[in-house]
Amino acid sequence: MTPRRKRLFAILGILAGVGIATAVALKAFDNNLQYFYDPSEVASGKAPSDKAIRVGGMVTKGSVARAPGSLEISFVITDFAKNVTVKYNGVLPDLFREGQGIIAHGQLKDGVFVADEVLAKHDEKYMPPEVAKSLKKQAPAPAPEGRT
Amino acid sequence: MIPELGTLAMVIALLLAAAQGFFGIAGAHWNRQSWMQAVGTAVTGVWVFVTFAFGILTYSFIVHDYSIAYVATNSNDELPLMYRIAAVWGAHEGSLLLWIEILSTWALLVAIFSKSLPVAFRARVLGVLGVIGVGFTSFTLLTSSPFLREIPAKLEGADLNPILQDPALAIHPPMLYMGYVGTSVAFAFAIAAMLSGRIDPSWSRWTRPWTVAAWMCLTVGIALGSWWAYYELGWGGWWFWDPVENASFMPWLASTALIHSLAVTEKRGLFKSWTLLLAIFAFSLSLVGTFLVRSGVLVSVHAFASDPQRGMFILGLLLFFIVGSLTLYAWRAPSLKMDGGFETVSRESFLLLNNALLFATALLILLGTLWPLFMDMFNLGKISVGPPYFNIVFLVPTLPLLVLMGVGMHAAWRRAALASRARMLWMIAGGAVLLALVITLGFYHSIGLPLTVVGFAGGLFVMGSALVDPVTRLRNRQPISRSALGMAVAHFGIGVFVIGISGVASYKIEKDVSMGPGDSTQIAGYTFNFKDTRTNVPGPNYVATQANVEITRDGAKVADLSTEKRQFKIQSMPMTHAGIAVAWNRDLFVALGDDLGANKWSMRLQYKPLVRYIWIGAVIVALGGLIAMMDRRYRAKVPVTEPATDAGAAGRVA
Repeated sequence: MTPRRKRLFAILGILAGVGIATAVALKAFDNNLQYFYDPSEVASGKAPSDKAIRVGGMVTKGSVARAPGSLEISFVITDFAKNVTVKYNGVLPDLFREGQGIIAHGQLKDGVFVADEVLAKHDEKYMPPEVAKSLKKQAPAPAPEGRT
Repeated sequence: MIPELGTLAMVIALLLAAAQGFFGIAGAHWNRQSWMQAVGTAVTGVWVFVTFAFGILTYSFIVHDYSIAYVATNSNDELPLMYRIAAVWGAHEGSLLLWIEILSTWALLVAIFSKSLPVAFRARVLGVLGVIGVGFTSFTLLTSSPFLREIPAKLEGADLNPILQDPALAIHPPMLYMGYVGTSVAFAFAIAAMLSGRIDPSWSRWTRPWTVAAWMCLTVGIALGSWWAYYELGWGGWWFWDPVENASFMPWLASTALIHSLAVTEKRGLFKSWTLLLAIFAFSLSLVGTFLVRSGVLVSVHAFASDPQRGMFILGLLLFFIVGSLTLYAWRAPSLKMDGGFETVSRESFLLLNNALLFATALLILLGTLWPLFMDMFNLGKISVGPPYFNIVFLVPTLPLLVLMGVGMHAAWRRAALASRARMLWMIAGGAVLLALVITLGFYHSIGLPLTVVGFAGGLFVMGSALVDPVTRLRNRQPISRSALGMAVAHFGIGVFVIGISGVASYKIEKDVSMGPGDSTQIAGYTFNFKDTRTNVPGPNYVATQANVEITRDGAKVADLSTEKRQFKIQSMPMTHAGIAVAWNRDLFVALGDDLGANKWSMRLQYKPLVRYIWIGAVIVALGGLIAMMDRRYRAKVPVTEPATDAGAAGRVA
């Protein structure tokens, strides 16, 4: 193979690879982008129902309720303007507690958010950035500083 | 007084690093022998003063000097000694100091072991490392000094984040940083080659062991992080496609591509400019990774805005190194001529495909990692890119890579006569598929996920194929070079790793249950019996609630596990400590959740088949790197010429 042909071969190979990769990426991207909504957006109907989304906010004090002995739990998250009720069935993360900022993955069903995963970050002072931003928007008091 | 000495040592190290950079690059440019001689001294000086500063910070942690803000926020009287030392790199400022310490150590090692290199080339390499040192040392001093005082001093420290109080996490960051920072050596070699305008087989031979060493550390560092996340975060997952994980994985992919491309450059004098570009990319991705993780840019875009000084400095450094090196590349690379060609079926083509696929994977992961950042920056909504995206963009390029690896190992340089090996490869492939079916249908009684059989067969094929060469040579009593053996071992490790992933991804069982003492739950044929709970179990800096679980199978006891919910006193933060029963073919995993009332607890029970092979595989991969690194020709003082023959044995030795 002459150097020229070889270079052509190399370029074609790379182009094909890049092409396939782009196609794969776009397809995978389309299906796996999860949008984040805060409680106000959920309350105003901006968040779609029956579609995988993320919501986040501060767990309202006194809102955590469960039947004794049951895994099922419900709680309210707030951005201090609007509230959303979240239902979850499973083990909660260590840092889940009232007054803590959390993010839940799941679907909105009839105005209630049914979570399949609840996330609270590794640090007690940590506030998920999305939650911090939406709290800042609503509350007069500054949101706690983020720390990685 | 003591911390001020630390700052002073850093300032001196900064000046010496500047001297290292100047004398190295300018000395080589103007051919001043005395300047180039001075570089080695500067390197030693930088290392001494950085190590001194590092020692001072460590000492301050050991003696609880809470007048230092960094110590006060990350330590505590009750923190055990081991974690007080690990706390040195437990947060942003100290981890930057560790970065600099490791950089200066790499530079020192290069200075010691590269005495046989041409004087000007060596000076340039060390000079480039000096410039990197200047960038990072000034960044640390100006925006992130760990030695800042806090007056009046706190009486008690705020303690180290409990999740960092773990043996694996104590060694994970240094290992990972050795890998990250180690890519700077390959980068320095690439820049030095471009500055001198020539690149020959000896260049690749010098660069390879350093690149492999860094890549090896990165491999072990990532594996340690994954293992830690598995047992310490309490969720039993081993990889989350978290931005922080991706930040370490992208440089790994680029370095893996680089060590393969270096092989071609050394043996055949091809892919020269591509190799240089990969060296630049590997280092750039390490820089991007370090900063994404450490600056908080990615976790929180707002941290960027809240400390604009730090953020801007970071961007400046990134741009300087990336734009600078790419400009130099654009200017110099076209002058590097390729010599010789290769046939379509040859080791070169296999390695070209390897590079294309690894590089594409790295780019796709970069896209998914940075996309949320862009979306947020332009106010297009707050999104996250889910794990399924990463699974797809990872699997689509890497599954073909497995087959290419299994076959490509047997391809000769220039033109491969695969026909002589074809029979053997078909037999191995057939055996692998058969065995994969036996494992899935026979052992797990299920075909699993769509890719389960493909994964098992691919992993087994690579393992079998990697063994062919060493076994044949052993049987014929032929010697095998360390680099050929290293390659075989590393590829074998990849196979083991793939088996682990296939097993755990296809057959894991995770169950969240509500259980009380006396209750039992069955998963995968194992019975988990909740025995009892104990409260107020004391630890050094926490008190725990402990649950004891007995696991039986067919009436026979398998293991007694205890899992704890630890309440850390100072940070008033709970941490789950999982109980794990390890066996050759599976882990059983119990994590205690919350008190649900009515004498019930939430529990996460898991069955994790073959999960250990993920980390065992990674360790074997790293071991392969270690073996290859010790190949005789890297230690030779005189340049060894090993011409590649058409299909002969010498040609196949990578």
